[in-house]
Amino acid sequence: MTDQTAPTDPAEVTAHLDARLDDDARAWFAESRDRIGDDPAAVRVLFPAVSRRVGRGPLAPGGDGDDPFVWHRDDAGRALLLAAVDPGARPGELRDCYTHGDARERRGVLRSLEVVEVDDEVTAELVDDALRTNDVRLVAAALGPAGVAVLDDDGFAQAVLKAVFVDLDLERIAGIPDRVTPELSRMMADFVHERVAAGRAVPASVWTVIDRHPPADRLAAIEAERDHEDPHRAAAAAAALDARP
Amino acid sequence: MRIFDPHVHMTSRTTDDYEAMADSGVTAIVEPAFWLGQPRTSVGSFVDYFASLVGWEPYRAAQFGIAHHCTIALNPKEANDTGLAREVLEVLPRWLAKDRVVAVGEVGYDSMTPAEDDAFSAQIALAADADLPMLVHTPHRDKLAGTRRTLDVLAEQDFPPERSIIDHNNELTVEVLADTGCWMAFSIYPDTKVDERRMVAILQEYGTERMLVNSAADWGRSDPLKVSKVVAAMQEAGFSDDDISTVVWDNPVAAYGQSGRLELDVPGQEADSTFEGSSIRRTSG
Ligand SMILES: [Zn+2]
Repeated sequence: MTDQTAPTDPAEVTAHLDARLDDDARAWFAESRDRIGDDPAAVRVLFPAVSRRVGRGPLAPGGDGDDPFVWHRDDAGRALLLAAVDPGARPGELRDCYTHGDARERRGVLRSLEVVEVDDEVTAELVDDALRTNDVRLVAAALGPAGVAVLDDDGFAQAVLKAVFVDLDLERIAGIPDRVTPELSRMMADFVHERVAAGRAVPASVWTVIDRHPPADRLAAIEAERDHEDPHRAAAAAAALDARP
Repeated sequence: MRIFDPHVHMTSRTTDDYEAMADSGVTAIVEPAFWLGQPRTSVGSFVDYFASLVGWEPYRAAQFGIAHHCTIALNPKEANDTGLAREVLEVLPRWLAKDRVVAVGEVGYDSMTPAEDDAFSAQIALAADADLPMLVHTPHRDKLAGTRRTLDVLAEQDFPPERSIIDHNNELTVEVLADTGCWMAFSIYPDTKVDERRMVAILQEYGTERMLVNSAADWGRSDPLKVSKVVAAMQEAGFSDDDISTVVWDNPVAAYGQSGRLELDVPGQEADSTFEGSSIRRTSG
């Protein structure tokens, strides 16, 4: 696993996590999964304890812990605890772990959606909640393959706009560029125009979205900003356009 | 002097207070869950409060290099709303399992009703399950009898004295507690409870062992700098730096360290850091 790719099944997560645990953590973790297997409600007190039991660092050796798209050890641990919950009890327990969770726990629930089976309805509820926050960790975790799979085109477009507002690298979002519609390309170009008119910078990753369906009229409007009498606007336009691949 | 204030309700205090506390030497605190001044009417209000104790408050504290911990419990006043109490007790185990939750508390008696007995007893069991110490305050009214009853109930449930932190003590309750093996905590208030002068006299009589001093600052008239004022009073009375440090640092670390969840190293905070996207700073740009 590189830090760019998310694991997609429990066996893969187990292998990665197991490689990072010491004997104490491994024993705690094995016992916890057994307890949850016997009694799904045990997840309620074990789930919050994961960070201090299995650690908080990046899951992949050498991963960047500050990168919001990177899986952490506790994300993996939490996903595996939820995978151990009986499928009948899982939607309720998973939702409650999210509701009662702090940001790390919520991120763990969102990451678990990549590796455990839950109804789309539950996934959609949690992804919608995460996308309403301004917490980059949660927004990034909601925009993995399982999260974006439950978003329709409008929802996906709103999510990508949210992501650019909280400064996430758009190219890391699952479904970019394949799911970009002409409407989303247009919205992103309008976003760039608005920022340029304010004399502000835009991240280079906007172009991946815009150039999926380049909107000629919007691009011409941004291009025209190069010659704007306000030097801040002209400079912002030049910087934005020069970053276009 | 490095100070640990083991009982302060920062939710009720301003960010300026955090700054003043840090300037006075405070680098670690415990914020007990308690009564907010008016009754809550739904379990969701408790849950949101607990969430701020493990989320927003540690973030605010860390901006000033203060390591924030908390205790979680249903307080005795609200234990008397028995329907609500049942719902709160049901969610407590999840919250007791969180990082930096260092005890069950603050619990104890308010009016010594049967409902308070039930809630106290249920939470002693939760502390045992969660492997946490307990922070128990002595009641405001009928304090001495309430203190004796508290000790009886803890003993009946075999809760270890060395994991019991008994708070809001005075000259009379300390006499009862001195030989029990419990930790003895004193809240230093501007008007009521114990002041700095009386605290020094108690320490002179009983020594520093198992003694804790806190500000218990909250939404009422109180002073979050009281622990540093006790430090000054102890210095003036001729206590050594070692003795002072025992009271304002070593003892709270030992008492709450039994949870295994003290995190005394606060990671350096970036000036522009945020909590879930929100900041306490009022900066332009
Ligand atoms: Zn208090």
